[in-house]
Amino acid sequence: MEHIVIIGNGISGVTAARHIRKGSDKKITIVSAESDYFFSRTALMYVYMGHMKFEHTQPYENWFWKKNRIDLKKGYVESIDTKNNTLHFAKGDSLQYDKLIIATGSKPNKFGWPGQDLKGVQGLYSKQDLENLEVYAPNNKVCKHAVIVGGGLIGIELAEMLHSRHIPVTFLVRESSFWNGVLPTEESAIINKEILSNGIDLRLSSNLKEIKSDENGKAKSVIIQETGEEILCDVVGLTAGVSPNIDVIKNSEIETGRGIKVNHYLETNIPNIYAIGDCAEQHEAIENRRSIEAVWYTGRMMGETVAQTICGNRIEYKPGHWFNSAKFFDIEYQTYGWVWSQPKDKETRFYWEHESGKKCIHISYDKNTREFIGINTFGIRMRHDFFDEILTEKQTVEYVLEHLADANFDPEFYKLHEKDIVAKFNTENNTNIQLKKKSWKRIFSNQLK
Amino acid sequence: MKTIQNIGLALFLVALTIFTSLIFFGKYKVTPEVLENLVNSKGIKSELFINNMNSHVVGKEFSNPFSFSTEITSALESANETHKQNSEWDKVIWDKPHSFSYEIVKQGGGGLVKNNQWLFWWFTFGLGIIGALMYIIPNVVVKGPPGIKNNGIWFNAATNRGWIGWFAFIFLVGFYLLLYFRPDYIVNWTYIVEPISESLSGNLASQWFLYGFLYCTVMTVMAVRMYIKYRHNKYQILRTTSVLFFQIVFAFLIPEILVRFEKPWYDFKNAFPLDYDFFFKWNLDELIASGGLGLFILIWGIVLTLVIVPVMVYFFGKRWYCSWVCGCGGLAETLGDPYRHLSDKSLKAWKLERWVVHGVLVFALVMTGFTLYYYFSGADAVLGIKTQTIQDIYGLLIGAFFAGVIGTGFYPIFGNRVWCRFGCPLAAYLGIVQRFKSRFRITTNGGQCISCGNCSTYCEQGIDVRAYAQKGENIVRSSCVGCGICSAVCPRGVLKLENGPEKGRINPTEILLGNDVDLMELVNQK
Repeated sequence: MEHIVIIGNGISGVTAARHIRKGSDKKITIVSAESDYFFSRTALMYVYMGHMKFEHTQPYENWFWKKNRIDLKKGYVESIDTKNNTLHFAKGDSLQYDKLIIATGSKPNKFGWPGQDLKGVQGLYSKQDLENLEVYAPNNKVCKHAVIVGGGLIGIELAEMLHSRHIPVTFLVRESSFWNGVLPTEESAIINKEILSNGIDLRLSSNLKEIKSDENGKAKSVIIQETGEEILCDVVGLTAGVSPNIDVIKNSEIETGRGIKVNHYLETNIPNIYAIGDCAEQHEAIENRRSIEAVWYTGRMMGETVAQTICGNRIEYKPGHWFNSAKFFDIEYQTYGWVWSQPKDKETRFYWEHESGKKCIHISYDKNTREFIGINTFGIRMRHDFFDEILTEKQTVEYVLEHLADANFDPEFYKLHEKDIVAKFNTENNTNIQLKKKSWKRIFSNQLK
Repeated sequence: MKTIQNIGLALFLVALTIFTSLIFFGKYKVTPEVLENLVNSKGIKSELFINNMNSHVVGKEFSNPFSFSTEITSALESANETHKQNSEWDKVIWDKPHSFSYEIVKQGGGGLVKNNQWLFWWFTFGLGIIGALMYIIPNVVVKGPPGIKNNGIWFNAATNRGWIGWFAFIFLVGFYLLLYFRPDYIVNWTYIVEPISESLSGNLASQWFLYGFLYCTVMTVMAVRMYIKYRHNKYQILRTTSVLFFQIVFAFLIPEILVRFEKPWYDFKNAFPLDYDFFFKWNLDELIASGGLGLFILIWGIVLTLVIVPVMVYFFGKRWYCSWVCGCGGLAETLGDPYRHLSDKSLKAWKLERWVVHGVLVFALVMTGFTLYYYFSGADAVLGIKTQTIQDIYGLLIGAFFAGVIGTGFYPIFGNRVWCRFGCPLAAYLGIVQRFKSRFRITTNGGQCISCGNCSTYCEQGIDVRAYAQKGENIVRSSCVGCGICSAVCPRGVLKLENGPEKGRINPTEILLGNDVDLMELVNQK
């Protein structure tokens, strides 16, 4: 029986395993050094915040793996012998495979800052990071102040986490406004306000110079590059992005760049070895996507795809329209299609903000053809189905606004802002778009087909 | 703010302590007139009992209800024993000893509480309400801006099955045991609400009036907590208002006012088979004897169960009842909200749930079958099984233990919907309709789920919501009461409760939206 070995029990590896099991009878082994069972990495923050216990982050009960004949091996892979199809583990044992799927994920970026390896300095990525945080920042007595370096999604999550335990936080963001490499100015400004209103000491345009150590090799302060200011702290969170976790692979025959190089079939240069998820780097990026995508759902989709190939139905990884979501403190964010931080040449924008300053929508469309390109929403939930179809059918911005009621996905009885939004668009663009009433028939047209 | 909360907590605990300690005090005395009245009104023919009472109880003063009740119940039991041995069946007193004793204690009780009812109302209810609100209201500021603030729930001994949780469990279970099985011990509590009962129905407060009043009070105070916690979520605000309204108006005020006009006590929203004694002979007899209104109630009750309930479930899901109208649901969604995450999400629990809840439904239907057969044919036994026996067993096991002692008492340990999930026959019936013929579903939003597990953790019914959401599959489950919290706690806007076309409501998928369309079609077609 063919033996499929998967390194990494994150969303990519586990999805691949599940789909291989659905499609075949092959022997499957998942290898991980991080945890016994698959857990949702994105939920680690809720464990620290006391919303959930660690076991709640595990999407499958422990019996699931045996029942589905997916073997779990806990071990750290030290080297991959691609000639003999063998994994060698740190403990000295080894494992033979017929096909290998590498799904080792990411690791937090460190940019050679002095003191970056001190005690109390950490990222927020792995289960071990969570455990370390419980050691160095269990409460505001042990951790009187924390500094977070890097203004991305993980940085703001870490800020929210520490804030939930009443630990004062200084948040160093390199950019002049939070996440403005991704978010347009307006959205970015809203998040700046949200961070400040939660009592976080947000420092924009601020870089880390160094982390100073106390006599025990533990972080005691950071120095800001621009001002030279020293900020005393007990914990330093390094959240300046992630990069592929491929140290082990670099010493093998498998071709790597920043990540493990793969073609659109997720195949590496070595036959029978595949790479999926955060650690994979496309030779050529797909459409507007990045060549390395460290997103939950892209990992899942690559797992879904590679499983088909393994099961004898070789298929290309062709992700559909871009979408994503996040939550910044109390502000939910969703995006469908592309809304770049800066409009591209052919694009124009429509922006609406609620008087509360906590909700907005931002639509990007082609100024000539009026084709809808993408939407960002804060504080308003939207239907993925709706926008996926809009993008496929290349509908116009007018069509989208007309049918905005169909798109809304907020809980029932929520105050709807569609009328305001359409009115603003009409005023700004001298149009006369009439909002259509929500129609179940249109919304569920896919299922009704 | 913290200080206000601490003072509030202290006041609440003082009120709770006073309330609890009241059952240990009082003056209890039976005068010869009381005994005579009782003998006449009950038609008691047992000289043994009367003699016993005269020599051990009458004229003596007791300082706590326990010894007083013991004397009465043992007088009754020893008399009964002798009569049964001698086959003097007409002399046996068939009343349940503690209900019987309750009537005497209620009349014979006196002392500080009975003489200062309003004062003690303020020391217990009044102080408790003020204290609780002082603890709850500052959360507007303490917990930060509107939004999901479940911070520290799993670190708090009150909400993570810690010592406070166990203490609350013991207290609640103790309360229900007294309420159902030792009403004669808690007459002092009934005195506290006597003036309110008298002004509503004109009657003395029974232990059930006390329970109803306490129920409404607790729900109201805890609804304030809900209003604050979910002030950003209009669905929760409206739902909380709705359950509160139906509890206070339909389950409490209207029935009491009906009694004032000498009509039967009836809760118009309490549908059979949750209202399991609706078809009991005594109820049918009483309804038929009550003229037009009685007849209306009889027809309403039948139409409610057979037509209104299923039709409403078809359009809105069982949530219209379970989390918008029902009293049990109302308590679970207010007092029980802090415990919702304690429900068991395992597959085992789901399997158990299906057996038990449908078992109770079958039990209720069989019992009702026996009851109606008895009513129309007059035969009090079928296949050698007495209808009365079945009714007694149901009343004890389901009505008292499951719905009360376990249903609410176990909130701090097994979560707030133990009764609704495992025990309620009406929920089982609504669930069958919801699963097979309804427009309600929780829609999953394409590929946005990140499997974080907040939805499953906070599902009071123990549904593994994530298992569906991460597959891009709508949640259509018989047990879902549509509380809407999964949608509220979702950080990615994945879940929406809605009523839509039946077709495509159940949509198992393998590949989620967002991936290659060809792949989706290929795999999902299989």
